Amino acid sequence: MVATLGYLIVGGIREAAVYYITPTELKEKGPATTDRAFRLGGMVVNGTRRWDPQTLKLTFRLSDGKEQVAVEYVGSPPDLFKEGSGAIVEGKYVNSLFHADTIMAKHSEEYRPPEKGQASAKDHYRTLVKPPATQP
Amino acid sequence: MIATLGRFSLWLALAITVYGAFVSILGARRRQPAMIESGQGAVVSVFGLSTFAILLMEAGLVGHDFSLQYVARNASLDTPLFYTIIALWGALEGSILLWVWLLALMTLLTVMLERKRQRELIPYATAVLLCISAFFLLLVAFPANPFTTMFPAPPDGRGPNPLLQNHPLMAVHPPGLYAGYVGWSIPYAFGIAALITGRLGEGWIRTVRRWSIVSWVFLTVGIIVGGRWSYEVLGWGGYWAWDPVENASLLPWLTGTAFLHSIMIQERRKMLKFWNVALIIITFALTIFGTFLTRSGILSSVHAFSDSAVGPLFLVFIGLILLTSFSLLVYRSDKLQAEGDIDSLVSRESAFLMNNLLLLGFAFAVLLGTLFPLLSEAVRGVKVSVGEPFFNAVNVPIGLGLIFLMAIGPLIAWRHASLESLRRTFTMPLCLTIPGAGICWFLGVRGVYPLLAFALSLFAAITVIQEFVSGAMTRRRKTGEGYVTALSKLTSRGRRRYGGLIVHLGVALVVVGITASSVFKLEQEVTLKKGESFQLGRYQVRFDELSAWQEPHRFVVQGSFTVFNSNHKVAEMRPAKRFYPSEQQPIGTVDVRSTAREDLYLVLSSFAQDGTTATVKALVRPLMMWIWFGGWVMVLGSLIAIWPDRRRALAADQVEERMAWQPGRS
Repeated sequence: MVATLGYLIVGGIREAAVYYITPTELKEKGPATTDRAFRLGGMVVNGTRRWDPQTLKLTFRLSDGKEQVAVEYVGSPPDLFKEGSGAIVEGKYVNSLFHADTIMAKHSEEYRPPEKGQASAKDHYRTLVKPPATQP
Repeated sequence: MIATLGRFSLWLALAITVYGAFVSILGARRRQPAMIESGQGAVVSVFGLSTFAILLMEAGLVGHDFSLQYVARNASLDTPLFYTIIALWGALEGSILLWVWLLALMTLLTVMLERKRQRELIPYATAVLLCISAFFLLLVAFPANPFTTMFPAPPDGRGPNPLLQNHPLMAVHPPGLYAGYVGWSIPYAFGIAALITGRLGEGWIRTVRRWSIVSWVFLTVGIIVGGRWSYEVLGWGGYWAWDPVENASLLPWLTGTAFLHSIMIQERRKMLKFWNVALIIITFALTIFGTFLTRSGILSSVHAFSDSAVGPLFLVFIGLILLTSFSLLVYRSDKLQAEGDIDSLVSRESAFLMNNLLLLGFAFAVLLGTLFPLLSEAVRGVKVSVGEPFFNAVNVPIGLGLIFLMAIGPLIAWRHASLESLRRTFTMPLCLTIPGAGICWFLGVRGVYPLLAFALSLFAAITVIQEFVSGAMTRRRKTGEGYVTALSKLTSRGRRRYGGLIVHLGVALVVVGITASSVFKLEQEVTLKKGESFQLGRYQVRFDELSAWQEPHRFVVQGSFTVFNSNHKVAEMRPAKRFYPSEQQPIGTVDVRSTAREDLYLVLSSFAQDGTTATVKALVRPLMMWIWFGGWVMVLGSLIAIWPDRRRALAADQVEERMAWQPGRS
């Protein structure tokens, strides 16, 4: 019984552990990576983010400064996801395209003291929705 | 002013805990009642001082004293009063202060309630509890001081983390969880007291049993409410992500559950004494470890851990606990010999043993999955993540085994169950379960795990109901009472047994809810133009319009959707996004329509600036409500189990009072 438990746990972790790699490491491994899921981290390259609201298909390139990897995802981009900032995607690399199941945008938890600009931050939000604000 | 008073009261409390622990032990060693009483006086003062500190902190929060760093970071002029008050446990310093206060309160209650019943143990238990208080007071007095000041004081604060000011359940979840964590200190303190004094008879076990169930209830409430909060706030449609913070709360729950079962074997068969003390120590250490995991910053990265002294201090404390406790345990191991033995593999004690093994295996898997990424990064320098697939692969089979044991354990006889009694007990449940499983198959349940989960939960539920019905029938036949009277008297005469069975019924409901809501989940994300609709399961969801407005502390964008079920309008749902000035990212507000049959869950994931289109994510999760309902049934059952029996408690008190060592007053 204890042996069964041990087998379940050790075998499970070997199966399910997902490794973090960089675009350079991914390119080095090449086709050896196709059957395993990975976490790929990097910066979203400026000018590569495309999102089609109709098909929900999101494409972009992740870079670590040396290599770039094309990523495809279906769904809405997370709120923090933007060009020029960090993102981690999890999925499989098939035919030079990374098919991501999840996207995690990097969140910085730094404390920003309230400044003079704060009032204008509120104003900025007002522009998010163009039609005159209506309260139900 | 607040800062000075607050710091002073924490320092004073720290000094008093050290004094109290010292004087209690000395008093017990020298048999000096005056010293023991002075130690108990220390408990009262520590409670007074920590209450004062909490009130000061609340005064700072509500009074917007932004010269306090904690207030500046966790409150703002715009934050509603309710969320300002509960910002006390929104961040590290405040939540450790809450911990200190809860521990002081529980220590006080322990001393008040057990002073007479456990005369020999109480000085040592008090000392242990004061030492634990001293550790947490050390944290709030120095590295995590909530009364740290800022100069110059900012005109306004940042406000609480929006995730924590988005839902009223935040008022219940952390304090519930903390009360559950803190509560395990009391069984631990009595366990250590029993080890020190060598009084490892049955006396301490009785005291510890009730306190463990109380802590278990708080922990259960904390976990359920946490899951509910995650479901209603985080907007991913789930309630449990095997996140390290969640795992940290599950670990002591699992070992605590194991303890609540194995302690029964000790009471009945005088076995497993060593194991039970070890389980208490492990459970307590896991509560501290959980706080360490969630509060030291180690989770984001191994390297972030040493930024503050809090993490290393926790590690030292955990090391001390394990070292001293297990040394004591080994030292006393000759007094912890079993007086009985397992007679048969088919007996209640062997079912309980298996249950312990599985619960510990479950806990070990959770612990390993949580720590593996940290260990891998620290040892091999390789970053790795271990997610849901691992936890499901390991814990689903273990969980199914546990439900099976949960169904049969309480019904088979102690020592040795005869074939005849097994047949009598399990014929009926089996006869009902097999067609039940057939119905599940017919309804479209495929796959071994889901079918087993439904069948075993059904089996467990039927055995519980059978116990109640047959017990009430027997009672009715003997006494001639009505059905309802017989049932309620049956329950009140055997509160522990029947309360426990109700807990099992709750677990079965939770398991059914978890299985149905994950196996039959429907999920779809679409972009809709105004007036367009889409179909998900039985529902048609139509996008009506987008509206937006400014609230004092945030800006809100809301989508309005009408939900139809076969052309009948069933609901209007309004998921939204809230933008907080201090945050880089908006916080989604989901809208959930719950029925006993299924939940419809809408998230506004994105919208066009001109308000003409909205992207919405919709989920249908069957039997979701059963999880919450089952959770409350578990809580109800455990409350029945611990409800004090006034007559018996009084009689026991009087007997123990007479037998207790009477200190001579000088």
